[in-house]
Amino acid sequence: MGRIRTAAAALAGGGTGTVFALLAAIFIAVAFTNPGFFEGPSLMAFLKQAAPLVILAAGQYFVIVSGNFDLSVGALVGAQVVIAARLIDGEESRTLPVMGVMLLFGLAVGLVNGLVTTALKVQSFITTLGMMLVLTGAIRLWTGGAPTGSLSEAFRGPGRRGIDDVPLIGQIPWAVLIMIGVGAAAIWLMRTRFGRVLVASGDNELAAELSGGRVDTVRTVAFVLSGLSATVAGVLIGGYAGVSAQVGQGMEFTVITAVVLGGVVLGGGRGAVVAAMAGALTIEALFALFNQMALPSTIRPAAQGLIIIAAVAYAAKRRTRRPVAATATTNANPS
Amino acid sequence: MSQAPVLAMRGIDKSFLGVPVLRSVDLVIEPGEVHAVVGENGAGKSTLMKILAGVHTADAGTIELGGRAVSFTHPLQAQHAGVATVFQEFNLLPELSVAENIHLGREPRRRGLIDRRAMAERTAALLSDLGVDDLAPAAKAKTLSVPRQQIVEIAKAMSQGADLICMDEPTAALADAEVELLYRLVERLRDKGVSVLYVSHRLREIFDLCDRITVLKDGERVTTVDTADITPDELVTAMVGRRIEAVFPEPLPGTETGEVRLAVTGGGNAQIDGIDLEVRAGEIVGLAGLQGSGRTEIAEAVFGIEPFTRGTVAVDGETRRITGPRKAIAAGIALVTEDRKAQGLALNQSVGANARMVLDANARVHSRARLARISGILSSLDLVSRGEDQEVQYLSGGNQQKVVVAKWLAAEPGVIVLDEPTRGIDVGAKHKLYAVIRSLAAEGLAVLLITSELIEVIGLADRIVVLHDGRIAGELPGGATEQQVMAYATGRSPA
Repeated sequence: MGRIRTAAAALAGGGTGTVFALLAAIFIAVAFTNPGFFEGPSLMAFLKQAAPLVILAAGQYFVIVSGNFDLSVGALVGAQVVIAARLIDGEESRTLPVMGVMLLFGLAVGLVNGLVTTALKVQSFITTLGMMLVLTGAIRLWTGGAPTGSLSEAFRGPGRRGIDDVPLIGQIPWAVLIMIGVGAAAIWLMRTRFGRVLVASGDNELAAELSGGRVDTVRTVAFVLSGLSATVAGVLIGGYAGVSAQVGQGMEFTVITAVVLGGVVLGGGRGAVVAAMAGALTIEALFALFNQMALPSTIRPAAQGLIIIAAVAYAAKRRTRRPVAATATTNANPS
Repeated sequence: MSQAPVLAMRGIDKSFLGVPVLRSVDLVIEPGEVHAVVGENGAGKSTLMKILAGVHTADAGTIELGGRAVSFTHPLQAQHAGVATVFQEFNLLPELSVAENIHLGREPRRRGLIDRRAMAERTAALLSDLGVDDLAPAAKAKTLSVPRQQIVEIAKAMSQGADLICMDEPTAALADAEVELLYRLVERLRDKGVSVLYVSHRLREIFDLCDRITVLKDGERVTTVDTADITPDELVTAMVGRRIEAVFPEPLPGTETGEVRLAVTGGGNAQIDGIDLEVRAGEIVGLAGLQGSGRTEIAEAVFGIEPFTRGTVAVDGETRRITGPRKAIAAGIALVTEDRKAQGLALNQSVGANARMVLDANARVHSRARLARISGILSSLDLVSRGEDQEVQYLSGGNQQKVVVAKWLAAEPGVIVLDEPTRGIDVGAKHKLYAVIRSLAAEGLAVLLITSELIEVIGLADRIVVLHDGRIAGELPGGATEQQVMAYATGRSPA
């Protein structure tokens, strides 16, 4: 009885449990509208498409849980794809060096975001909004408006291909394996001392600092991780969908919606990275459901808007209720 | 004809989510009476006050004000009915002046515009009526000291025509001299026939100020007595239901004063100067002084928050340049900060995560062996929680403080600085902390104890260093009298 109640509280509590319950509910709806969805090949296709958002969500989680935002990831994904196309320009041999350049670029963008936010004390909302505009503008300037060049076959591999001829499943896409690898690394990272100091910095900056935590450093590293996740996502999206001027557009909002849906609190200090990634899967599952119901894709921004508002309102409601329960049992107020 | 009581609360019940917090509580306050409500944390004082202020609504029972039955569902209703509450957190708007804060939402108007002159005049009249002559109506709230902000809050309550002013731990943030100011104010209110409901942990104030005392324990009223009919010992016994034999424990057997562990020589910065201070292993040194005398500033300098710009600091004989908390921690110094919620704890994180925060944040003190000892440290502090997974925000003040202490003990420091370690925590937790401080000394730590409660320095410290105006005014042995300490603290030398 008590266990059932605890489980129910975990599912409705607005935290990690809630997003998994939501994900399950959407999957059930998807199964009803399209019973073939969970067969190997179509499930893999879904996960392949969802992988970039899940990876971005992990990166964004680090930034949000430490008390900041990264609005520049969408523009960075777009910039990375355009840079790749222009520098590779169809030459297979340039694939690896260019990927190296992209990693350095993603790292540099994250580092600038982090240093401007921590050392210059510019709010991250402004820092990364500025970075988003700079990246978008600079890329247009560099390419003269339309992306030039083309991607190599090898570059498109991670986003498109996989391990073939697997029984039952058919193909295991590289994107899915990369997603699992990034997810595992993110979960591991949050269990390290870095992860613990990161969450503490988002919860109470001063307490973390006075405990000897390097708040500015871990926050900067979070931005770098977000920049790197945008780079990986860029490689997958470029491989999957090819080059266009629209790549990455609006992804910053989709990913923030995903993270918030995962019960991660804006302002920091609360929520799990696994839930943030589950939030991304949930959004992709919802979009898949929309597709199956033959709703136009133009409905997505409105749905995202409603989700982000509802998720934050739900979390706020849960949070104002809980302290009352606390006064009842422990009387937290010193009076 | 006897007057109706200002306040008569009868049979008040209140539960939160099925947990009873108040059970059939009665509270009657007569006109012009100063009435104390005391009890340990969790006794129900806060809830009772919040019901009176209209923040919570009682489940059962009646409230009468001046003989008229009322029921509040909103704080404004309570205010309009003549009940004003001065909470611990001030509600003044920092950028507005004293006059604007007092008249907020009720500004005198002339032709639709705010009549600033009338507002200033009314404010001056109000303040002088309260016996406060040196507070400018035009001063911005943010420039005022804590006691002065409190005066403004009380003046605001008076200007709203309050018959009953409730004060929640009004002196929690005040040093002893400032408390005097509040005393005068409360007496003035009493003379004017205003009743005061006074919630405090400080027994001395209750005996100095209050006419009657209501004791709450576990949500029930234990007794209401005239202050003259009870001794402090009896009161403590009534609150905790057991007799605390001696308030301060004796040093533990085997405590030995050893080598100098912390030595500050000629230390100074913008706030303090000429600080020469030694703390030996096994020694408890108390820092006393009024608010602003430099007590906390010394702690912050030793810990590298506002480092010394002059002089030297040596830890265990080795000179250290402590330019930040990380350096201090690496040198083996711990600081239990003054404000546990703002500076000490990540409130959304668990007991366990907070207790290991110092180890997690500092590679130089982190070790598996130390992590493994954390559970033992928490239980040795008698922490009451639902487990190490519980978020610290749901713990009582005393238990939160134990988590802060635990996170520092986990790093096994050689020097521990405690800044107001017992502020706002209940009698039981205070007693436990006193015992912990004694046992730290017995283990050979150097303890630097900072507190605005004179009785604590006198009862616990082996030596008392008294500060005045950013400098050391004098040193006294443990067990000195309050008069001697106050003499140094106020810049005189003791007779």
